[in-house]
Amino acid sequence: MKQGALWYSGNEAIALGAYEAGVKVASGYPGTPSTEVMENLSRYEGVYTEWAPNEKVGLEVALGASFAGVRAFATMKHVGLNVAADPLFTAAYTGVRGGLVILVADDPEMHSSQNEQDSRNYAFAAKLPMFEPSDPAEAKEFLKLAYQLSEEFDTPVMFRTTTRIAHVKGVIERGEVECSTVAPGIEKNPQKLVMLPGHARMRRVALEERMARLRAHVETLPCNRVEEGDRSRGFITSSVSYLYVKEAFPEAAVLKLGVCWPLPEQKIRAFAASVDELIVVEELDPFLEIHIKAMGIACRGKELVPNRGELNTAIVRAAIDPASTPELLPAPQLPMRPPNMCAGCPHRGIFYNLSKMKVFVSGDIGCYTLGALPPLAAMDSCVCMGAAVTVAHGMAKALGDAGRGKLVSVIGDSTFIHSGITGLINSVYNGSSSLLMILDNRITAMTGQQNNPASGYNIKGEAANAIDLEQLCRAVGVTDISVVNPHQIPEARQAMNEALERDGVSVIISRAPCVLLPEIKRQTVVPYVNCLENCTGCRACVGLGCPAISWQALTPEEAVARGYREKQKGYALINEVQCNGCGQCQTLCKFDAIVRKGE
Amino acid sequence: MPGTGNILFSGVGGQGILLASEITAYALLEAGYDAKKSEVHGMAQRGGSVTAQLRYGDRVYSPLIEPGRADLLVAFELMEAPRYLPFLHAGSRVIVNTQKILPPSVATGLTSYPEDVLAAVRACDIQVVEIDAFALAREAGEVKAANVVMVGALSHFLPVDAAACEAIINTRVPERFREVNLRAFAAGRAAGA
Repeated sequence: MKQGALWYSGNEAIALGAYEAGVKVASGYPGTPSTEVMENLSRYEGVYTEWAPNEKVGLEVALGASFAGVRAFATMKHVGLNVAADPLFTAAYTGVRGGLVILVADDPEMHSSQNEQDSRNYAFAAKLPMFEPSDPAEAKEFLKLAYQLSEEFDTPVMFRTTTRIAHVKGVIERGEVECSTVAPGIEKNPQKLVMLPGHARMRRVALEERMARLRAHVETLPCNRVEEGDRSRGFITSSVSYLYVKEAFPEAAVLKLGVCWPLPEQKIRAFAASVDELIVVEELDPFLEIHIKAMGIACRGKELVPNRGELNTAIVRAAIDPASTPELLPAPQLPMRPPNMCAGCPHRGIFYNLSKMKVFVSGDIGCYTLGALPPLAAMDSCVCMGAAVTVAHGMAKALGDAGRGKLVSVIGDSTFIHSGITGLINSVYNGSSSLLMILDNRITAMTGQQNNPASGYNIKGEAANAIDLEQLCRAVGVTDISVVNPHQIPEARQAMNEALERDGVSVIISRAPCVLLPEIKRQTVVPYVNCLENCTGCRACVGLGCPAISWQALTPEEAVARGYREKQKGYALINEVQCNGCGQCQTLCKFDAIVRKGE
Repeated sequence: MPGTGNILFSGVGGQGILLASEITAYALLEAGYDAKKSEVHGMAQRGGSVTAQLRYGDRVYSPLIEPGRADLLVAFELMEAPRYLPFLHAGSRVIVNTQKILPPSVATGLTSYPEDVLAAVRACDIQVVEIDAFALAREAGEVKAANVVMVGALSHFLPVDAAACEAIINTRVPERFREVNLRAFAAGRAAGA
């Protein structure tokens, strides 16, 4: 590695790129694989960063900063862009003062997402230019280009990564720190910023004019480049797909697009005319392919290359040269190892109770979505951020009396603030009858412990206001509010049963911190241990699915040798190293076979 | 790409694969190689099967190892070695921590941990190096350093010498963990010889 070079992930590189581009205000909501951009950017001097309650808020904050004449940045994952789509489309009309870049991180293969969507379609639909880097080094370089383009063309610029850019490490180099070409300050321009229909109609024309200028400009950009090679088969590609093409077909001529919208039509025409056969390689949708075909250019794309999941070199090679498909060593049949809630996770107690209740559980997005997996298997729907609350209300209205006492929504603190509050307002306003459980673990856990408006700290870990969830629920009109400790399983169960018996909207706040919180991890854990002589093999604790508890099967002879009844099929064993001392198992044990160590 | 080395790290979320792959990557980078490494964060980290893919060479394009082309598999858990057989080829080498971590279906008694899981690997003309990384790490003074024990065993098969890896541990690992990690590395290196 060269002196001064850095080994950075795509997200670290983008954060450095934002710093070097002179970004002054950045706002985002955590979402895999975008989260580490804002986390890393928050460590640079002179950049204001924040976690917003959701992506729409984040984008509007960035837009405001841009109106004030500083370079601004909004970050989100693909589904977050759906939430921010409202300001996105109109920001295309207002344009910017300080440069504005919107980062969207797609997740092909759905490593950590509920759907697979191709955000390039937003660039087309919102009429915005979009950059697509292939690796961390390009990500940093392109981000700086994006800010220059944003100010030069008075437009927000979209910036798309995928998991295999965001979470890939590569070698990058530091660059010059730049600054905005505009001066900060209040500058009134209602024709441009107040999108009344009369103004918007004028901006609509300006938008088309800007797009025409951008179309000409992208023809000249070096990041849209032809790499010379064998012209019998030429490839047009972008993003991480470019890397797979370079490895699968190193001899071929390639038109590599660093900007995927608008497309450099003249460059594409010239390249197409220079090759015998034109193949478009891209992950997910046939975005480039459709627009290239719309130019009247013959090419092949998705008839060869899969339109779902991630690509890799082998897939690209086999798609184009099926004879090259290698014979692979067979994978033996092995037990799957799906993700699981941590030992000591407070969510587990709630889902254990739900698994024993005859209710429909309308779930939401977070670690607690794992409550859908066996052995708890206590979630019946999960769609998008906030839908736990609204889906249950819709079911309540559809079912009437038949749904009474059978509908439970489960949502985390961060997700509730993101987009559950409006649903709760609706449930109360429109006379719902359902139970809402807010799993308040004080943190946005799944994405790696980010603070949120309920945690009492900001992105830098400085003290901040902590929303009082009880007061908030009361303010929107909920009168039936209680708080439970999820680790006390029977007590929580009783509160849940009682709430379901009552008409109207009930809220139970399940309150216990995430075991991964640094302040919790620092505490000395007093684990629980077995009094094995008392274990009857009833499996109550095993049913929690805690990673620290395992079932030890016994033959009748082994059972007798251990002093158990001959019929006892086994016993439960707590792994002291893994135990986080939550005590949920103890609250389920009726035989005094689980005690806190030393007691 | 000809001349590109492919190292696959596999294990269970929370085993420290990240640090192990980082030490390895830095050792290769310091030796003048280009490299790329791919990881998955988020949902996949909660106790599930996880991998890190490290590729190095003169110039690395793709961050992903092609199935059938991994030269080295460093498995941090016994069953997480055969799971990735399709990534290997005859002549690949597997360094495996013989520690067992029970997946939920085994822990809850629905199924049992498969017997002799390495037989399938050996049957494919793949050399297996077994390391009791958990015990070695405990002897070194910190069970959590099992990941660095594995790097020690791996170091025999890297185009860099042991001192290069130790230098990375000296510069990249927080000071309070440095000594124990150097001991863990040495224990793994001795066990992997």
